[in-house]
Amino acid sequence: MSYELIGITVLWLFLYGYLIVASIDFGAGFFAYYAKISKKDHIMNQLISRYLSPVWEVTNVFFVFFFVGIVGFFPETAYYYGTALLVPGSIAIILLAIRGSFYAFENYGSKQSNIYMFLYGATGLLIPASLSTALTLSEGGFIDEKNGEVSLKYLELFTSPYSWSVVFLAIVSVLFISAAFLTFYAARARDYPALKLVRIYALFWSVPTIIASLTTFIALSQHNERHYEKMLDLWWMFGLSVGFFMLAIGLIYQGKRYGIAFISIMLQYFFAFFGYGIAHLPYILNPYITIVEGATHESMGIALIVAFIAGLCLLIPSLVLLLRLFLFNAEYVKGKK
Amino acid sequence: MDLDTVLMSRLITAMTLGFHIIFATLGVGVPLMISIAEFVGVKKNDPHYKMMARRWARGFVITVAVGVVTGTAIGLQLSLVWPNFMQVAGNVISLPLFMEVFAFFFEAIFLGIYLYTWDRFKKPFTHWFLSIPIVIGGGLSAVFITTVNAFMNTPEGFAMEDGSFLAVNPLAAMLNPATPSKVFHVLSSAYLACAALLAAIAAFTILKKKASAYHQKALKLTVTIMFIFAAANLLTGDTSAKFLAEHQPEKLAAAEWHFETEQGADLVVFGWLNETHEIIGEIRIPKFLSFLAHGDFNAEVTGLEETPEKERPPLWIHYMFDLMVTIGMALLGVSFLYLVFSMIRKWNELNKWFLWSLLFSGPLAFLAIEFGWIYAEEGRQPWIIRGYMTVDEAATSSPYIGLMFFLFLGLYIVLGTLCIVTLRKLFRNNPVEEELEKQYPSIEKGDE
Ligand code: HDD
Ligand code: HEM
Ligand code: HEM
Repeated sequence: MSYELIGITVLWLFLYGYLIVASIDFGAGFFAYYAKISKKDHIMNQLISRYLSPVWEVTNVFFVFFFVGIVGFFPETAYYYGTALLVPGSIAIILLAIRGSFYAFENYGSKQSNIYMFLYGATGLLIPASLSTALTLSEGGFIDEKNGEVSLKYLELFTSPYSWSVVFLAIVSVLFISAAFLTFYAARARDYPALKLVRIYALFWSVPTIIASLTTFIALSQHNERHYEKMLDLWWMFGLSVGFFMLAIGLIYQGKRYGIAFISIMLQYFFAFFGYGIAHLPYILNPYITIVEGATHESMGIALIVAFIAGLCLLIPSLVLLLRLFLFNAEYVKGKK
Repeated sequence: MDLDTVLMSRLITAMTLGFHIIFATLGVGVPLMISIAEFVGVKKNDPHYKMMARRWARGFVITVAVGVVTGTAIGLQLSLVWPNFMQVAGNVISLPLFMEVFAFFFEAIFLGIYLYTWDRFKKPFTHWFLSIPIVIGGGLSAVFITTVNAFMNTPEGFAMEDGSFLAVNPLAAMLNPATPSKVFHVLSSAYLACAALLAAIAAFTILKKKASAYHQKALKLTVTIMFIFAAANLLTGDTSAKFLAEHQPEKLAAAEWHFETEQGADLVVFGWLNETHEIIGEIRIPKFLSFLAHGDFNAEVTGLEETPEKERPPLWIHYMFDLMVTIGMALLGVSFLYLVFSMIRKWNELNKWFLWSLLFSGPLAFLAIEFGWIYAEEGRQPWIIRGYMTVDEAATSSPYIGLMFFLFLGLYIVLGTLCIVTLRKLFRNNPVEEELEKQYPSIEKGDE
């Protein structure tokens, strides 16, 4: 494998990791707010805060890893995306800042106020919507380069069916992934009232998820024929994805093996996300950046990969420790510690 | 390119970094203080020190959160605001940026574990061990990011031709000549500033209430640490000046208003410039600039005249440098006197004067960090990568940058205010006396 390909694979893996862990967090924000306005917060909030408190920073690092890594491996992305995304990127930063800091202020500081809960819920949906714009842009047609000046075509972006279908898909996926995880977590904590509630959420959001996936597929065929064709060549990956989706829904519906159900959902997104990504290649930004021409110098690429491996050797044991102490420690999950 | 977008780009970066650095410094320094306090507490089996570690850690969680979000902001902003710079930087200096993320990751994981496991281990030292990765992670993030900044000052490790890279050596870029002096100075100043801040808080409480055993111990511990790092900081600051004299003489010359190359140069402290660029009203320390620059009172110091006019940094950085150094000396002096007084029985180290000057030390130390950075960054002007790319060439061409400036200004005002409000609430509603009784009921009453 060439170093460019290793680089993009690693980055894509981390983006996938962010997709999963951040979705859990973002969706939880929405559910917490929803529970509050429907007066069910006494059932939900203990569950949510026990899981989220120790890990929210870790979630953020996944994201930082991705955008630092992509500039390292493919420096041209800084030039194109950096210029084009100044406004949407800044808005995403501000939303992330509100969410991250308010989370700490409220959780460690004082009682939960209504404004805070609203912001916590709203940012949970707005952030994935604004971040997904970057993926939309990568399909091409929204970024213009004239006389060395890069600009974003806002009108095209806001009137494109593809762009809206991606936003829709991002939001419903967040809610679906999060609900499925909370179902698993509630079952582990033997918190049956909460389990009853979040299981319904998971089943409910599975329907729009599958609809949104299909509409996005169709919208893509209109927007970027090449990408769509390549995705059809990878039909088996999307087939597996749908298969895992069915399995997960089946298990949740029957009310058993929530752990396996959640893993199936992770696999569902894994195959869809990688199918999409592989078909996207060689372009990182259609038509300006490809992974070959846009790659950093070889010596830097290799240095980054070495640093990455060394970093993983340090991180994996620490992550295992974190998960064992919190997620898989039955006593902690039940709230006894 | 419109000059205004460049100016706005500079302002937005200065604002974000100036805000982030406060929290970043806390993120580097406070874990060390927590770790030391817990160590002393476990070693002496003294609940007061353990309580210090607990309370500092609780406040730390809040500041870390602001550090993380502003850091995420600056990380993204570098690409958004300086796309051309990041394109070059991505090719040459992305290795430490990438490694920094691992340092955060490491720190974040162990911070999560540390905060939620106070009473979960049988041996108290096990919990203390968990603080070490946090100290190391925070320190490493400072090291890595500082190498990037060092690279901007003395770029090395690449060969360029017609705007494309012929060869890149990431390690040489990272270990450029500015790295050692900068890294050590940034670390020592962060530890110094955090010790000073915690000392200021203890002094404030003693001034306001009475000198309880807890607060006296806290003051003694933090001022001792403050003294150690104030001394270390003087050393590393001196090394930084010697580095500048050799590799970036125009920055030192501009800061010292040293216009002509000469031997046995005087050090100019404060003062101002009249219309004909003569220095008036200054304090002059004979031959001291030569000593600062080369460790020899008669050495030759390069003057600003040797730098082409267009490449000279602005002269007002003189004040930034002088203020930083003055504060550095003051911190050293105050902490030294405090220690002398506390060693001599008859003298009272808790008199009002000391407490007031310690109270001011905390904020002053953070001001010194701001002044130091403004000096270092302005002193690099007009370059963004010294000798290769100027600031105007690097900035974004997007016209919306002005609007973004105000958006972020609003964000930082909100974040800063909420952070202070939350911290105050957190400690007001939880006085240390009550908490000590709750956590360690066995503590002797007369002790407090
Ligand atoms: C508590 C904060 C603090 C204090 C008391 C001092 N410094 Fe400092 N100084 C910094 C905090 C700082 C800093 C914020 O960390 C800087 C900014 C850029 C850098 O590398 O470190 C810095 C930069 C900096 C530079 C420029 C380095 C460069 O651009 O490469 C020099 C020459 C000095 N310092 C020298 C000193 C001296 C001689 C001091 C005498 C006591 C001193 N500093 C006190
Ligand atoms: C955290 C401590 C830092 C502070 C407080 C700081 C402060 C500043 C200030 C005040 C400016 C504005 C100078 C001007 O344009 O007039 C500036 C510029 C800049 N800094 Fe730093 N800086 C810090 C560290 C860094 C580091 C580590 C990097 C590299 C990753 C960096 C990258 C930049 C860039 C790209 C600019 C804009 C170009 C320029 O104006 O020179 N800074 N910084
Ligand atoms: C010398 C100046 C700087 C120091 C000492 C410093 C140090 C720190 C520290 C200690 C944190 C908190 C990390 C944590 O507690 O998890 C932090 C956060 C962060 N900093 Fe800075 N920083 C500096 C400047 C910069 C600059 C110029 C950048 C941009 C490249 C940057 C990027 C970040 C990012 C992305 C985060 C958030 C990391 C996360 O998500 O955990 N920092 N920084």
